[in-house]
Amino acid sequence: MALTGLAGRVFVPGDAAAVSVGADEVAAAFEAAGAQVVRNGSRGMLWLEPLVEVETDAGRVGFANAEPDDATTIVTGSRDGTTSLLDQRGCIGVVDEHPWLTKQQRVSFARVGIVDPASVADYEAHGGWAGLRRALTMTPADVVQEVTDSGLRGRGGAGFPAGIKWKTVLGAESDLKFVACNFDEGDSGTFADRMVVEGDPFTLIEGMTIAAHAVGASEGYVYVRSEYPHAVAALRRAVDAAYTHGYLGRDILGSGLDFDLHVRVGAGAYICGEESSMLESLEGRRGEVRAKPPIPALKGLWGRPTAVNNVLTLCAVPMILADGGQAYAALGTGRSRGTQVFQLAGNVKQGGIVELPFGVSLRELVGEYGGGTLSGRPVRAAQVGGPLGAYVPATGFDVPMDYEALAESGAMLGHGGIVVFDETVDMAKMARFAMEFCSIESCGKCTPCRVGSTRGVETIDRIIAGQNVQLNLVLLDDLCETMTKGSLCAMGGLTPMPVQSAIKHFPEDFQQREAALT
Amino acid sequence: MTTVPTTDRVALVRAIATQHLAERGPLMPVLHEVMEELGHIAREDVEAIAHVLNLSVAEVHGVVSFYADFRADPPPAHTVALCRGEACQSVGAEALYADTHGRAADLGAPGDRVEVAEVFCLGNCALGPSGTVDGRLHGRLSRERLDALTEGWR
Repeated sequence: MALTGLAGRVFVPGDAAAVSVGADEVAAAFEAAGAQVVRNGSRGMLWLEPLVEVETDAGRVGFANAEPDDATTIVTGSRDGTTSLLDQRGCIGVVDEHPWLTKQQRVSFARVGIVDPASVADYEAHGGWAGLRRALTMTPADVVQEVTDSGLRGRGGAGFPAGIKWKTVLGAESDLKFVACNFDEGDSGTFADRMVVEGDPFTLIEGMTIAAHAVGASEGYVYVRSEYPHAVAALRRAVDAAYTHGYLGRDILGSGLDFDLHVRVGAGAYICGEESSMLESLEGRRGEVRAKPPIPALKGLWGRPTAVNNVLTLCAVPMILADGGQAYAALGTGRSRGTQVFQLAGNVKQGGIVELPFGVSLRELVGEYGGGTLSGRPVRAAQVGGPLGAYVPATGFDVPMDYEALAESGAMLGHGGIVVFDETVDMAKMARFAMEFCSIESCGKCTPCRVGSTRGVETIDRIIAGQNVQLNLVLLDDLCETMTKGSLCAMGGLTPMPVQSAIKHFPEDFQQREAALT
Repeated sequence: MTTVPTTDRVALVRAIATQHLAERGPLMPVLHEVMEELGHIAREDVEAIAHVLNLSVAEVHGVVSFYADFRADPPPAHTVALCRGEACQSVGAEALYADTHGRAADLGAPGDRVEVAEVFCLGNCALGPSGTVDGRLHGRLSRERLDALTEGWR
């Protein structure tokens, strides 16, 4: 393959991760060199960022870890035809043919990194709005049935069937209903919501509009965490464009559907990722958890029926409506249907987005996609499912990644984040951190979480100091049980999961403290 | 940051709150805008917001104090926020945070207050340690990289 000459545009990701390693400076350099630059999303191969792509007659050719200095060489050199693009520094060939991508099955991330996230027309050219157009020809009940048939479950972590939730909202009598998107992606090790919104924001808007039609809602709210300013900007820009082009507002696409979408920003509280805290925050209050019942589907925002869904749940909806629920259900395993967007993070050589049908093993994800640790040391553990998820030892990596198999092994999928640790990790310190995090981020409403987390930190401190280790481990176990059974929400209820999994799988990190001292 | 006289300040805060009156649940957007315009939410701002939005002062104060982003005192000259989430910890964030926190005073010019804050996840978990320097996101941070990024402050 001989590639010379720029056939068209140069893509430099505007994704926050790419920007964090210099993509803005690279984009400016390409513009200065005369290229027509598109700020796309990231392909999800984050270790290659900034990954610049040059449009050629053979496809988009990628240049990994690009620097501003590369711009002139690539633009002028290839225009003159004096150098082949493939010989340039960092060239990884045609990006679509990269094995890391070709092995994946991208559904929710199908357009991320490919389209111009600012362009309604580009979205439509890549299959956008097909789901909405079809949904608007169907009755709300039929749309709900399609989502039910797809087997789609909540991607925020709880895994509740989306169709059943929507059916409850649809069936609730009210002159005012809401759709609320939980974009408070606070779990360490997760960034899929951020990347899909930064790279393909219209998918979320389309998913929410379909949800509005399905449940009978006239207003929607997206609650974005303030730590995601790039996503807030991308989403607000897309919402404005959707209004301009008739995909939001009055009489959408002439269907009679009215739907207004508002973007609201959080303010640095992890607990607002819990749905009832999020609703409190949207209403302008402290993000304190609400007791259930009533469930938000019946009494949510301002006491009205509200469909609360995660970003990835809503982003799966357009495809389900475009291609049919059965097409989505054909992927996956058992009661975990469709694809899951896994996020490889932490001490990993090749971190990023891996979207695959449920059922892939943790070993394949960490070993084959992740390529082992960044440090080059052996993998010791992975925390799956965020700060409230279990630590899985490397010996347990054969577990299939689906809701049921993980639950059976004492872990949980959560939002699909996988944080890799090498052999230097001190699991007692990680257990302590889980309690510390809970004590910092607890909303304070219920005692097991508010007080339990602080007592947990103190108890683990004594274990780390080698004081009465056996007795303190018993005490800690008892405390964990109280938190699990007595907390109002998953914050206090699941904080014991990383703590107890660390003790179970890595007892030496807790016991050796005593040995070291005696 | 220039100091806004109290009367002007209250007028501005009232104007901001009034602009959001027609929205459902306007308090959070109002507080964000006051932060953006004035850098912090002072006691008199809380009273003005409560009055315009027909809320109790206690309720507004409760919200301001609940969220980490809202500050009641003027901001420092510069801020470094470092992620202490698990993903960043796996690549050495705790040591970087402790080190940076310990030398916060040395990062700025004499007399300038530099705040080294902790943050839990910036969504940049594959390129840790992550942090923000005066609000700008950076990945693969190290002591040397932070020195370079804050060079202009000294």
